[in-house]
Amino acid sequence: MQPLVEAADLTKRFGDFTAVDQIGFSVAPGEVFGFLGPNGAGKSSTMRMIGAVSPVTSGRLRVFGLDPAADGRRIRSRLGVVPQDDSLDLELSVEENLYIYGRYYDIPRRQIRARIEELIDFAQLGERRTSRVDPLSGGMKRRLTIARGLINRPDLLLLDEPTTGLDPQARHVLWDRLYRLKQDGVTQIITTHYMDEAEQLCDRLVIMDRGRIVAEGSPRGLIEAHSTREVLEVRFPVGELEPAGPALRQVADRVELLADRALLYTSNADSALAETHRLGLRPESALVRRSTLEDVFLKLTGRTLVD
Amino acid sequence: MPLPGVLRVVEADAVVYRRVWKGSAFSSFVTPALFLVAMGLGLGSLVDRGAGAPGFEGLSYVAFLAPGLLVASAMQSGAAQGSFKVMAGMKWDRTYHSVVASPVGTGRLVGGHFIWTAIRMLMVSVIFGGVAAALGAISPVAALALAPVGMLIGLATAAPMTAFTANRENTEALTAVFRFGITPMYLFSGTFFPITQLPEWLQSVATVTPLWHAVELARRIALGHSSALPAWLHVGYLVLLFAVGVVLTQRLFSRRLNV
Amino acid sequence: MTTRTLTLRVLPPPLAGLRAQRLIERNMLVYKRAWMILVSGFFEPVFYLLSLGIGMGRLVGEVAGPGGTTVSYAAFVAPALLAASAMNGAVFEATINIFMKLRYGKIYDAILATPLRPWDIAIGEITWSLLRGVLYSTGFVVVMAAMGLVATPLAILAIPAAILIGFAFGAAGMAASTFMRSWQDFDLVMLFLLPLFLFSATFYPLDVYPPALRALVQLSPLYHGVELVRAFTLSSFDLGIIGHVTYLIAIGSAGLMVAGRRLRALLNP
Repeated sequence: MQPLVEAADLTKRFGDFTAVDQIGFSVAPGEVFGFLGPNGAGKSSTMRMIGAVSPVTSGRLRVFGLDPAADGRRIRSRLGVVPQDDSLDLELSVEENLYIYGRYYDIPRRQIRARIEELIDFAQLGERRTSRVDPLSGGMKRRLTIARGLINRPDLLLLDEPTTGLDPQARHVLWDRLYRLKQDGVTQIITTHYMDEAEQLCDRLVIMDRGRIVAEGSPRGLIEAHSTREVLEVRFPVGELEPAGPALRQVADRVELLADRALLYTSNADSALAETHRLGLRPESALVRRSTLEDVFLKLTGRTLVD
Repeated sequence: MPLPGVLRVVEADAVVYRRVWKGSAFSSFVTPALFLVAMGLGLGSLVDRGAGAPGFEGLSYVAFLAPGLLVASAMQSGAAQGSFKVMAGMKWDRTYHSVVASPVGTGRLVGGHFIWTAIRMLMVSVIFGGVAAALGAISPVAALALAPVGMLIGLATAAPMTAFTANRENTEALTAVFRFGITPMYLFSGTFFPITQLPEWLQSVATVTPLWHAVELARRIALGHSSALPAWLHVGYLVLLFAVGVVLTQRLFSRRLNV
Repeated sequence: MTTRTLTLRVLPPPLAGLRAQRLIERNMLVYKRAWMILVSGFFEPVFYLLSLGIGMGRLVGEVAGPGGTTVSYAAFVAPALLAASAMNGAVFEATINIFMKLRYGKIYDAILATPLRPWDIAIGEITWSLLRGVLYSTGFVVVMAAMGLVATPLAILAIPAAILIGFAFGAAGMAASTFMRSWQDFDLVMLFLLPLFLFSATFYPLDVYPPALRALVQLSPLYHGVELVRAFTLSSFDLGIIGHVTYLIAIGSAGLMVAGRRLRALLNP
C-alpha cells in the first residue's frame, strides 16, 4: 500500500536555526503515528510542513503522493488539522464553528448540517451546541477542535499536542475519542511530549530531539531495544544522592542520576532493591516499575522529556 | 474611605499611564490643535465672512468655538475612561478582580478610579487650554479657569458611563451608547453652533444633556456670555450626574466583584 | 484540457479558484448576532450631516462649489462626509478587526489549514468591508436626496465612488496592520487619519487654504475621494474625475499587493 506521508532528508530552517534536520519517515494508511520529543524538538515544524502551511526548506516530502509546494490546496482539502492552541473562532458558537469550517472546504450546506449532528455527538457537546466558544472548558474546546478537524472526513488527521494543558480526566476522555477514530480507520499523526500518551495511542512512533530522529519503532519495540525490563527508582535525602552514585552502579546494568532521584535499569528490580539495602544504602523511598518510553528517551538523549 | 488604599489604585493607574503616556500626550496636544485650526480658523474664515448669528456679535468663530470644544473633548475623554478602561478592568484583563482580592477593596477601587479620572480630565483640559491660548483662540487666564469645568464634565460623563459599563459582557451596548449618545451630544449640544440654530424640539433635548450645561458654563467664563440659567444650576446639574454615577458604580461594582 | 488548467490560463494565479467568499460567509455569521452594530454605523455620518449641514449651514451661508458655482453649505459638506465615512469605516475594519484576528484570535492560522490561501483572506476581508460600505453609502445618498442635497440622478455614482475610497483605504489599512506590533500602534493610525479627515477640503473649499498648502492637500487620498464624490452629487463632470479615480486605484492596488505578501510571510513562516 502506498504510504500517506513520506519524507526523506526533510529539513526546515528559520534563518540560522535548524528546526528540523534531515529526517525521514513514512506513515501507512490506517496507522496512528507519533512524534515524541521535548518542546523545541521540531515536532510542530514537521507537522506544519505536512499540513502544507509551512514551506519545506530542503529534502523531499510527499503527502497523499503530492508535493506540498505545488499542490498545497489539494493536500489541505484532504487533511484534518488539530492545532496546539485550538484557534477556534471565538465570535461564533460551537455549531457555527463546525459549519463555517465545513464551508471553507466547500462542502454543500445540507451535507454539513448532517455531519454537525454526528460530530457534536462525537465530541459530546450536545448541551453546549449554541454556546459561544469562549466560556467552554479546555477539554471541551479541544474536543470541538478535533470535531472541526473531522468536518471534511479527512484521510489523515494531524494532532499537535492534543492533550497538553488538560486535566487528567479530560485527557482520558480525549484518548477514548481518538481510540474510536482509530477503530474507524482514520489515519492519525500525533505529536506529544507525554510518553504515556504515545504508548497509549501510537502504533508506531519516532523519537525526536533537537530536530533529529533518534529512534523509530513501536512503543513496545523501542522499550525492548533501548531499555531493560524493569526500573528501580530510589530517592535519597538531600545531599546523599550524589555520594551513593558509585555504590548504586554496582547494583544495576545502568544508572541515571537525576536531580531528585536515581533510576536503576535492571531485569529484576526487586533483587536490585535487596542488593541496595545489603550495600548499606538507605533510600527514603523506592519504586519498582516497568520501563517506559521516558526511559528510552533518557537513554538516547541524556535528558528527560518534560523539564 | 481610608485614603492610602485609594492612593494605591490611583498609583496603579498612573504606573500604567506612564508606560503609554508618550503616544497619549502627543495626541492630546495634536488633536485639539488640529481641530482648532481646521474648524476654528479654516471653517471659521467662512463663518466670519458670513452673516453671523445671534450671540456672535463682534466675536470670531474660533473664539466662540474654543471654550465649547475644550469641554466637549473632556466629555469624550470621560466617556472613554468610563467605558473601555472599565471593560478592561472588569473583563478583558480582570485587573479589578485582583484589586478586590487584595486589601484594597471595592470602595477604594471605585474611589481610586474616579480620582484618577479627575486627574486625567484636568490634564486633558489644561493641555487643550494651553494649545488654544497658544493659537490665540482664548486668553491664558480663561484657559486656566476652564480646566475645572473640563474636569467636571469629564467626571459627569465618566461616572454614569462607568456604572453602565459595570455589568456589560461585551462592547455591543457600549458601541450603541457612543453612536446614539456621545456622538450626537458632541455634535448638537452647542459646541459648534448655538443651539438656537436647531429646531425647537431639539433645543429642549439639548438643554438636558450634560455637555450643554458645560458649554454654557465655559462660554460664560471665557467670554462673559450671559446664560439663560444661573451658573450654580449648571454646576449643580453636573455634580448631581457625577454623584448619581458614583453611587450606582459603587453598588454595581460590589455586586459584580464581591461574589 | 481539464477545467482546472483552463481557469489557470484565463485568470492570474491569485484569482484562480478564489474562495474569498467563504470569509464573507463567516463574517455574515458573526454579524447575524451583532446586527445592531452593523446598522448603527449608518447613523454616525448622518448625525454629522445634520449637525454641520443644518446647524452650521446658516452660519456659513453659501460656499463656492465645483466649476465656479455656489452651493449651500449642506450640499457642499455632505459628499465630503460620505467620503470620510467610507475612509473611516474601511480603515477601522482593516486595522483593528484584522489585527485582532491576526494576533489574538489566531483564526487565520486555523483557516489556512483548510484549502483557503492568504490571498483568499486578504481579498475576502477587503470585500467584506466594501460590502458594508455599499450599505452605508447607499443609505447616506438616500438621506442626501431626501434633504434635497443632490443636483442630479447621476449622484447615484457617489455609491461606487465611496466603494472605491473604501477599497483604497481598506487595502492600505490592511497592509499597515500587518506591520503593527501592539495596540499602541493604532494611536498612530488615528493620528494619521485625523489630519486627513480635517484637511482634505472636507469642510471648506481648497481656496480657503493658504496657497502654499494647497499642493499638500492635493496629495491626500481623501481629497481625491472627496472631490470625486462632490463631482457626482453636484453634477460637475470633468477630466479631473479620471485623475481622482486613478490615484485611488493606485493606492488600493499597492496596499493589496503589500498586504497579500506580508500575510503570506506572517502566516506561513
